[in-house]
Amino acid sequence: MAAERLLEVEELKVSFVTEDGIVYAVDGVSFTLDRGEVVAIVGESGSGKSVTVMTLMGLTRGPNSRFEGSARLRDRDLITASEAELRRIRGKEIAMIFQDPISSLSPVHRIGDQIVEQIRAHEDISKAAAFDRAVELMERVGIPRARDRARAFPHEFSGGMRQRAMIAMALSLSPSVLIADEPTTALDVTIQAQILEEVKQLRQDSESGVIFVTHDLGVVADIADRVIVMYAGRVVEQGTLDEIFYDPQHPYTWGLLGSVTRMDRDPPRRLPAIPGQPPSLVHPPQGCHFRPRCPHEFEHCAEVPPLEARVPEAPDHLDRCWLEVADKRARREVEGRIGLGTGSVVA
Amino acid sequence: MALDPLIMPGSATREAEVIPAEAEFNAGYTPAIGPWKLALRRLRRNKVALTFLVLFVLIVVVCLLAPVYASDVAHIGPNVGNITGTVNVGGKVKDIVTPQGLPIGPTWTNQYFFGADQEGRDVAVRLLYGGRTSLEIGAGATLIIIVLGTLSGLLAGYFRGWVDAILRPLMELIWSFPPVILGVAVGTALALGGIGPIKGNSLIIPILIIGVIYVPYLGKPIRGEVLRLREQDFVDAARAQGMGPWRIMVSEILPNAASTIIVFVPMMLAYAILLEAYLSFLGAGVQPPNASWGSLISDGIQLIDTTPHLSLIPGAMLVLTVLSINIVGDGVRDALDPRAQVRIKT
Amino acid sequence: MARFIVRRTLSAIALIIAVSIVVFGIFEIIPSYNPARAIAGRAASQTTVNEVARKFGFNRSLPVQYATTMKLIFTGQVIDYQYDLNVVDQFRQRFGATLSLVIPAGILWLLASIVLGSISALRVGRVIDRALMIFAIVGVSIPIFLLAAVLLYLLAFKTNVFPNTGYVGISDPIQWAYHLVLPWFCIAVLSVGFYSRVLRSNLLDMVNQDFVRTARAKGLPPRQVFTRHVLRNSLMPIITMFGLDFATLLGGAALVTEAVFNIPGVGQYEAQAIGNLDVPPILVGAMFTGFFVVLFGAFADIMYALLDPRIRLTG
Repeated sequence: MAAERLLEVEELKVSFVTEDGIVYAVDGVSFTLDRGEVVAIVGESGSGKSVTVMTLMGLTRGPNSRFEGSARLRDRDLITASEAELRRIRGKEIAMIFQDPISSLSPVHRIGDQIVEQIRAHEDISKAAAFDRAVELMERVGIPRARDRARAFPHEFSGGMRQRAMIAMALSLSPSVLIADEPTTALDVTIQAQILEEVKQLRQDSESGVIFVTHDLGVVADIADRVIVMYAGRVVEQGTLDEIFYDPQHPYTWGLLGSVTRMDRDPPRRLPAIPGQPPSLVHPPQGCHFRPRCPHEFEHCAEVPPLEARVPEAPDHLDRCWLEVADKRARREVEGRIGLGTGSVVA
Repeated sequence: MALDPLIMPGSATREAEVIPAEAEFNAGYTPAIGPWKLALRRLRRNKVALTFLVLFVLIVVVCLLAPVYASDVAHIGPNVGNITGTVNVGGKVKDIVTPQGLPIGPTWTNQYFFGADQEGRDVAVRLLYGGRTSLEIGAGATLIIIVLGTLSGLLAGYFRGWVDAILRPLMELIWSFPPVILGVAVGTALALGGIGPIKGNSLIIPILIIGVIYVPYLGKPIRGEVLRLREQDFVDAARAQGMGPWRIMVSEILPNAASTIIVFVPMMLAYAILLEAYLSFLGAGVQPPNASWGSLISDGIQLIDTTPHLSLIPGAMLVLTVLSINIVGDGVRDALDPRAQVRIKT
Repeated sequence: MARFIVRRTLSAIALIIAVSIVVFGIFEIIPSYNPARAIAGRAASQTTVNEVARKFGFNRSLPVQYATTMKLIFTGQVIDYQYDLNVVDQFRQRFGATLSLVIPAGILWLLASIVLGSISALRVGRVIDRALMIFAIVGVSIPIFLLAAVLLYLLAFKTNVFPNTGYVGISDPIQWAYHLVLPWFCIAVLSVGFYSRVLRSNLLDMVNQDFVRTARAKGLPPRQVFTRHVLRNSLMPIITMFGLDFATLLGGAALVTEAVFNIPGVGQYEAQAIGNLDVPPILVGAMFTGFFVVLFGAFADIMYALLDPRIRLTG
């Protein structure tokens, strides 16, 4: 049974006009999201992952923003929708959880009231009814003594509780798409685990599609169905969780995987980091954006590699690397594990 | 909807300088440039600030040249009255002060350029001399503010403990007192008797009063800066190197607080000149025979219905001067930190 | 919360005592010659001076002097030597006129600042924003007495739009207001520019805050985002600032405004005293202004705590 296609992003480009030039934050990103699946978007700071999801919510619009491409939520294009339409969609059909719950909640309003606010912005129900619903939601995400705590202020909550409250708020109108922008980055590992459980739970319960933005591969391995890897504004690889973790096709992905410790292997002598810095998005490099840091680059890399399926058995596993598949599989084995390597093929 | 397009990240700051927090990017391709040079470059681009800087310098120069004007152009001193005399204006001979007591208005010639006052004195000459006084007091007070303000802020912020326990409440107290009333209170008290060897009508008194009143306006922020800076690693590093507290304050902390101090200079100058005007207007500032723009306005205001030029001309000079300083000050602040939030109290 | 109020009140009392000591010090310790002569006035005879010295206790120890001076002030026995009036009585009689001046001016100032600041934040970079910027900078460059003089000249002397100074009691509300419009305008105008810029700046900072982003992500209508989230959070610093500045207003702006517009308030009395170098009213005036500042400061702090729940608990 084919799951309903919720979101279809096609060649999305987002750029900002600034004092120092035009920042090409997102340079042609395409992906889809179906009901019930979790898509993780992975990348470092500056990769464009946050801008991409913010753009879906229309939060990057401004006098200096320029957009190309489309992002269709069912049958409506979020990029060209009017502000009024977008406002109706936000919070109701597509909701977002942000990274830092203490700054993402208004300090002067009670938690319960903030949830009520969202509900009443879209539904015509009484304050009391909305408040009841808010309390229910808070209970659902595991906040104890929800009725009392709903009258508390954000600073009276612990970090984990705050994030749960944000999740409750995001879920209040049963959105089809839930975007989580690094929701666990600002939290302890133990709390992180709890929040991830919540996300998994709600994927099961509410059958929304979830877009989970993160830089943490461990989190990705835990909850994702599909993974999109972004670098310097472009998608460099995307596929299922297995495809990405077991058959990564792009050197950047190898680098990411190589820098994560794994419990099932011996720890390496040194955790390899990817040398160099992400490029300027004002003056991006010619051709493949990763080329300056890639030990495997060659002349063809001066031409932008198209995002294509190159692995014959995996038509939905896309990547942007000119290397032959066999070549890739050889080059990515470094000291018995996947890594970026130094360029020369291990004999 | 009217509000829609405007509440968005990005529209909130100046038009061409927008980067939503989410679009972090590495500007590694722009050559590095030191903060001072950067500030200077920004200041140079600010045409408005530069224009007013020139205006201000012009005003200062002209006022400093008051004696030259008096002797070579107007041929009359600031306190020399001439009630019964006449002056030649474009061929016609006019009374400097009419028999009914009405002084002549601006003649736009080298004598009585801006007209005369009730005593027959040349307003232009008095304007320039008064300007000199106002500017001297302003500058003197600003000097005191910068020196004592920086010192008190440094000491209180760095040493904390009992030094702070004394300085901080003292600064708070002076700071929260309305400057005019405080200035008036001290000014009146000192005008009557002077302090120590300084006579009651010396210019040093207003300089001291205004200076001391505004010291906390600089002292408090500097103290805050120093408190913040002393927690930084580079201070620990300096201490580990064996630097004594005074050296640390001067060579490590002070340079980092420098931009705050620089931003305050024009601000304090403007405040000082304005406060002097208020005090002199009320009679608690400069005492006769000294005159300043404030006292000139005060003298002229009695006759504003018949001879507006007596108060409006010094008023205009005063406003132009303070305005220029404020615009330059704004420019300096923008150049040093485009998003600075500086608290000003009127 | 109650604990916070109590603590704040106690510190206010301590401050008031500090203020009284400072003012006492200004008048009776600093002047390098006989403070009795200063209080008695320049034209006083030696007998008067001696009398004053005895009355204020100048030949006794400092603490006794302080106590005596305070007692004299608070029991209303201080006489000004220019007109031979009881200073405290004068203050009491004139206070109403001063309130008529400052309270409506203050309200006008606050409301106008909020409105103008909001508009210019919402229309950043447009004409009205730039106009406000110019207005603000010009506003802090003009002394109130000059603006008052210019307005009087243009609107009261040359034309007859407004009455030519003077004051009418509140029993005739229309005339009362009519006579006060120009002074209200003077006081408000000079600070509105600056305050609205501060509010604008706070608003602009606020708009970039994460929780505003959340509010928008929730799909709230823009007006609600602005008033409930942006404005609400931006107002608090303005209100504290305003509390202190309002008190300062009494000590400075009101003084000269009353002087120029001939309003029979406390300020005018003080201005006359200054002109005559008549110390007693200035002494009492400084003391009362100081108290007022402290009170207002405490009030503003308490207001802030009421509005910002984060402060309430940490107290």
